[in-house]
Amino acid sequence: MTEALAIRADGLRKRYGDRLALDGFDLAVPTGTVHGLLGRNGAGKTTVVRILTTLLRGDGGRAEVAGFDVARQADQVRHRIGLVGQHAALDEVLSGRRNLAMFGRLHHLPGRVADQRADELLARFGLTDSGDRPVQTYSGGMRRRLDLAASLILTPPVLFLDEPTTGLDPHGRNEVWAAVRALVGAGTTVLLTTQYLDEADQLADRICVVDAGRVIADDTPERLKALRGGDRLDVVVREADDLPAAAALLGRLGAGDVSVDRENRRAGVAVRDRIHALTELVRALDEQGVVVEDIALRRPTLDEVFLHLTAGAGSASGAGTAARVGTAARADSASGADSVDSASGTTAAGERVAPDPANRWRAPEGAR
Amino acid sequence: MSLVIPAPPRTGPQRLRWALQDGWTITRRDLAHRARQPLQVAIELFFPIMVVLMFGYLFGGGMLITGGGNYREFLMPGMFAMTMLFGIEATYTAIATDAARGVTDRFRAMPMASSAVVLGRSMADMLNSVLGLLVMIGCGLAVGWRWHAGAGAALAGFGLLLMLRFALLWVGIYLALLLRQPESVVALQILVWPVLFLSNAVVSPETMPGWLGVLAEANPLSATIAAVRELFGNPGWGGDSWLARNALPLATGWPVLLTAIFLPLSVRRYRRLDR
Repeated sequence: MTEALAIRADGLRKRYGDRLALDGFDLAVPTGTVHGLLGRNGAGKTTVVRILTTLLRGDGGRAEVAGFDVARQADQVRHRIGLVGQHAALDEVLSGRRNLAMFGRLHHLPGRVADQRADELLARFGLTDSGDRPVQTYSGGMRRRLDLAASLILTPPVLFLDEPTTGLDPHGRNEVWAAVRALVGAGTTVLLTTQYLDEADQLADRICVVDAGRVIADDTPERLKALRGGDRLDVVVREADDLPAAAALLGRLGAGDVSVDRENRRAGVAVRDRIHALTELVRALDEQGVVVEDIALRRPTLDEVFLHLTAGAGSASGAGTAARVGTAARADSASGADSVDSASGTTAAGERVAPDPANRWRAPEGAR
Repeated sequence: MSLVIPAPPRTGPQRLRWALQDGWTITRRDLAHRARQPLQVAIELFFPIMVVLMFGYLFGGGMLITGGGNYREFLMPGMFAMTMLFGIEATYTAIATDAARGVTDRFRAMPMASSAVVLGRSMADMLNSVLGLLVMIGCGLAVGWRWHAGAGAALAGFGLLLMLRFALLWVGIYLALLLRQPESVVALQILVWPVLFLSNAVVSPETMPGWLGVLAEANPLSATIAAVRELFGNPGWGGDSWLARNALPLATGWPVLLTAIFLPLSVRRYRRLDR
């Protein structure tokens, strides 16, 4: 059982002063898979990575990486892992080639082998041409690729990527994603932390949603998104008077409860067959002469998935988030938004449009 | 892939060999840094020369030495010690930059001896200090400073200076691992001046107000400088106080004490560099 798991954590706990960073964190990552840890800043993702990579000692619980205990067999673990942290951990003054050669020597490869390995890795990550330039002249994406290369000198069976694309532009992000995908093809087990559902979705076989120092969901990306009813269809009408009609249409086409934001003249609903729902909505709105200002299909955001996961009333793990939801909801009602258009308690199709506190909650401005 | 993964060391001597190899790799990294930044190295080497010229020729005319003698001969031992003291800034910057950038985390997650990084740093710093000292000796000879008590005593003097540098570098490593902010080197750059001036480096403590003079004599820097003046036969050494009469043992004792405190602290801090 343990052999099939590349990473295993049981009840990890870690406290910083009076802040509980990890509160009974469990994790099981089968060998050869990519596992995403998804959570906001401060959820405990980095603390988990630091414990699993032997940088930090937990206060409780235990963890194994590649079959070795991270606390008692740290040296064995260090021989079998690669770590890409939040900052590119490179020597800025030295060239890319010298960086890799140095890390190779520090892994006790003989000098010539280390140099050879540096060349191989530069080629593999498309950095051969810039290999002799100092790292400080590299772009963000290049730096991260070199960083990734540096963590792969001994082709470790387990690789930790702590927010590998934070701070990168879309181009750099794509570069890193491509590099990670190539690795996964070679059978490396990857534990990836990210704040972006998108990224976890792109790379991970399985996602653990982390909140307040524990795992609140562990599932495939597809199933997690389905929790929130899949994609969402949002429409903004020009005239506030048209909002009830739009909400009613959405209620008929959608798969869940309709959210209505009167202040912004916006209504939205989760949809299953996205293209069908979109074309039907456009046709129906047109027939009814409703002028549309904006219409969009979008993925459920991490915040929405979170909210859904933590909305379960009374559960201890959701308590922290539930408090945040409450705050957000209060802010919403104060600003005049309402979850349901009280004038039309039922839709044309006769379905009840129920208030859904989850829908009312919006991510604060600039939260992403 | 035909990469042979080296087996981890099992015996004590193997571990030691790995630690030394790692230390040497880190030392070479620093040498490569300096080769890529000749201008910075030149500024680093020139700065103490500038201070020598400033004190030797601008302020020197107004300086009084107990027992008489050439001020520049009095000054040079102080300037040698100053060069050793200022080295702490380079140590601090190198270690703090690595810690802030996550390079230290990468090292710590690798199968390296935990002492290798700090040992490598200290080796690199000692090499740099020897270079700095050689340049300052050249500068001293150019401004009329000589050693008068034989080559053996002179070598012992240089040895004491390097010993001071070795002790101070562990203070620098410890501070850097504690603060992990390369920007904070500015504070260090300011603080080294009172440490320098509140010693016997540029003026005799006897010319200071009583209590301040005692403080200046108690400065570990003063012990080294007084001992070195004695070994070089330069003017300005000696005095009636217990501290002045025991300059030689103090010049050995202080660095040993500082190293005994800050070397283990640094290695420990490196191992537990928790956030």
